[in-house]
Amino acid sequence: MQKTVLSGNEAFARAAFEAGVMVASAYPGTPSTEILENIIQYDRIDASWAPNEKVSVEVAIGASMGGARALVTMKHVGVNVAADPLFTFAYTGVRGGFVLVAADDPEMHSSQNEQDSRNYAKFAKVPMLEPADSQEALDFTRLAFDLSEKFDAPVMVRSTTRLSHSKSVVTLGEPLAELPQTGLKRDPAKFVMLPGNARVRHPVIEKSLEELAEWACDQPFNRIEEGTGEVGIITAGVAYQYAREVFPEASILKLGLVNPLPKRLIREFAARYKTVYVIEELDPFIEEQVRAMGISVVGKEKVPLCGELSPGRLRQAFDLEEAHAPLATESLPPRPPNMCPGCPHRGVFYALNRLKAFVTGDIGCYTLGFMPPLSAMDSCICMGASVGNATGLAKVIGDEEQHKVVGVIGDSTFLHTGINGLIDMVYNKSKATLIILDNGTTGMTGRQDHPGTGYTLKGNEAFRVDLEGLCRAVGVEHVTTVDPYQMEETRLAIESAMKTPEVAVVITRRPCVLIKHDVLEKKAPLYVDVDKCTGCKACLKIGCPAIEWQPADGDGARGVAKVDRLLCTGCGICEQLCKFEAFGVCND
Amino acid sequence: MIDNKVTNILMAGVGGQGTLLASEILSEVLMQAGHDVKKAEVHGMAQRGGSVVSHVRFGPKVYSPTIPEGKADILFGFELLETYRYLSLVKPNGAVVVNNLRIAPPSVALGQSRYPDDIATKLRQHVSDVRVVDGLQLAEQAGNPRTVNTVLLGALSNVLEAANEQWLAAMRKLVPARFLDVNLRAFELGRAVKD
Repeated sequence: MQKTVLSGNEAFARAAFEAGVMVASAYPGTPSTEILENIIQYDRIDASWAPNEKVSVEVAIGASMGGARALVTMKHVGVNVAADPLFTFAYTGVRGGFVLVAADDPEMHSSQNEQDSRNYAKFAKVPMLEPADSQEALDFTRLAFDLSEKFDAPVMVRSTTRLSHSKSVVTLGEPLAELPQTGLKRDPAKFVMLPGNARVRHPVIEKSLEELAEWACDQPFNRIEEGTGEVGIITAGVAYQYAREVFPEASILKLGLVNPLPKRLIREFAARYKTVYVIEELDPFIEEQVRAMGISVVGKEKVPLCGELSPGRLRQAFDLEEAHAPLATESLPPRPPNMCPGCPHRGVFYALNRLKAFVTGDIGCYTLGFMPPLSAMDSCICMGASVGNATGLAKVIGDEEQHKVVGVIGDSTFLHTGINGLIDMVYNKSKATLIILDNGTTGMTGRQDHPGTGYTLKGNEAFRVDLEGLCRAVGVEHVTTVDPYQMEETRLAIESAMKTPEVAVVITRRPCVLIKHDVLEKKAPLYVDVDKCTGCKACLKIGCPAIEWQPADGDGARGVAKVDRLLCTGCGICEQLCKFEAFGVCND
Repeated sequence: MIDNKVTNILMAGVGGQGTLLASEILSEVLMQAGHDVKKAEVHGMAQRGGSVVSHVRFGPKVYSPTIPEGKADILFGFELLETYRYLSLVKPNGAVVVNNLRIAPPSVALGQSRYPDDIATKLRQHVSDVRVVDGLQLAEQAGNPRTVNTVLLGALSNVLEAANEQWLAAMRKLVPARFLDVNLRAFELGRAVKD
């Protein structure tokens, strides 16, 4: 078969195609997003963005009830949103195979926490496989569909950033020639989880997990790599790669199935070694269960629990080398992430800063409104939290402070789980204000469509949710829409909303500068006329990457601003802050 | 210069510089040359204008997708400061191929700190083989300023063992047809940079 280089995410998508998946649904989330983006190359799969992970799981459950194989993908925190249907679907079991790929983000490269999804598999009582490279992402996901049908269970596959976003060589498999037969098939005793039915199902799944654990002891996805020495290592997933690299000679039990654990196999392996290491990323998930079996192991007392592993961190953990000493170079200016030049969010946060608003934030590019010099975000918890946080906060403070509380949420996040909070705001008469930053896309994850963009995952036109109409429909009387490039208008709209005694919503509408569909008006970049620039630094207060201070003296106190014309999008926000008309438009 | 079985290339740059196609072509070439290849990068928040690194490893068999700390054979930099930042991760007998480009980080843009002077000299104090490439200038010479990364790949190709034909084949496979010619020119201009 054909050999190719695939990322873990591309391999998950390929696996869905090979396994005969008919329905795939997801909400974007780093590092899982590219799975669905890659799935659309396979025409026979009905792939779509759902407004949130809970809906995507419910859609896939429906497809499974109809006899089709179905895939859902999400980032680790997406499983929190999807947990409700998942936990009960574990009780009913499947008709067509159902697989959930949960992509964890150890080290929080692009996340607000680093929860370990393996705990969910155990908690929800669903089997979980953990691939260690792109080949296994393909093979294990295909296997997951077979297990799902064989053991009548939804099956989770755990990925991590270093699997999803790493590429390695993969040999492709043959796709199933025929898709499963679909159609209505009534089975209410299995699918209607009234207490009477659920009480019947619970012991069934407990028994099924026991059978799976025993069967898995003799399956090739749990394998022993024979080595030398007195140490045996138990590991799984990407942690296996680090373990293999650092201990090239050791015997390794590499687990493919991490829930339920193949206990007999573990016991047999551990009995052969004087010392057993458990090397796993994040929580002591395998370690605690192995200890509970009465086996003594070395685990998190050496291997870091926080952050991702690496060959170096593992070598340090086992005292194989000194901490890597950085060169004694000068201290370098840091380069944290920043909003893009021309980002429509920038002016909004500038206004919030000036208005001294207390901003409950949310998940998206705009969380970067926290960064100086904008420094206009006071909280960020999870998708949709800005709205409820603002409501609750305003309940417990005095009249004067209540009007300072402003929730800020993006369009995609608002439709994900923000709308529920807004219903509560109106229903319970909150005095807080909500800003919906409508940039017409799901920005942070790489510009995916959502129900408010008018396009589907496959690029087809769709109904576009009317955000103003939606806000009015849930009872918001004061809805204002502004163009965030118009600084004065934006500031006045927010100020007026903050003063309004009832719930007020300000929608700032301007497409993301990186957007795909809308043909954006290309504007000429700006320049600074050095004769007019007084060096007042007003334009620096928006933190635009295209504007740089040019110091004229040693300590940099005096100087002028300069625009990088390759970066500047001509949005004109800086120009509106300049009192000396020092900005001009490049005409060449 | 390559003294172990697995060769490690650490790519450093600023999020949004579009290094993806360059690392794709690089991985394809290395696979076609018969190596096991792994490449690791980050997406999402990490990409928004911040400091980013990608890892490319190749050899008979590669395990970890990330490079053991301090064991990079080649530091492939898309921006000067970011290359300097990760200098300690490259072996002293390794090589640095760096784009002669300066992008001011926020504290420099705000006038609160200074961009380090003369980074090329500082790189040379630690690593003997340092190649500074005028990426933008050569890309414009090739006919499109957006081919900077292909110019840099051309310069990188001189410190790797893959044949010229393997590079050209990978580009024909991965570069969209209408941009192929300009990218082939950009690659040649980069390959002509020897030090």
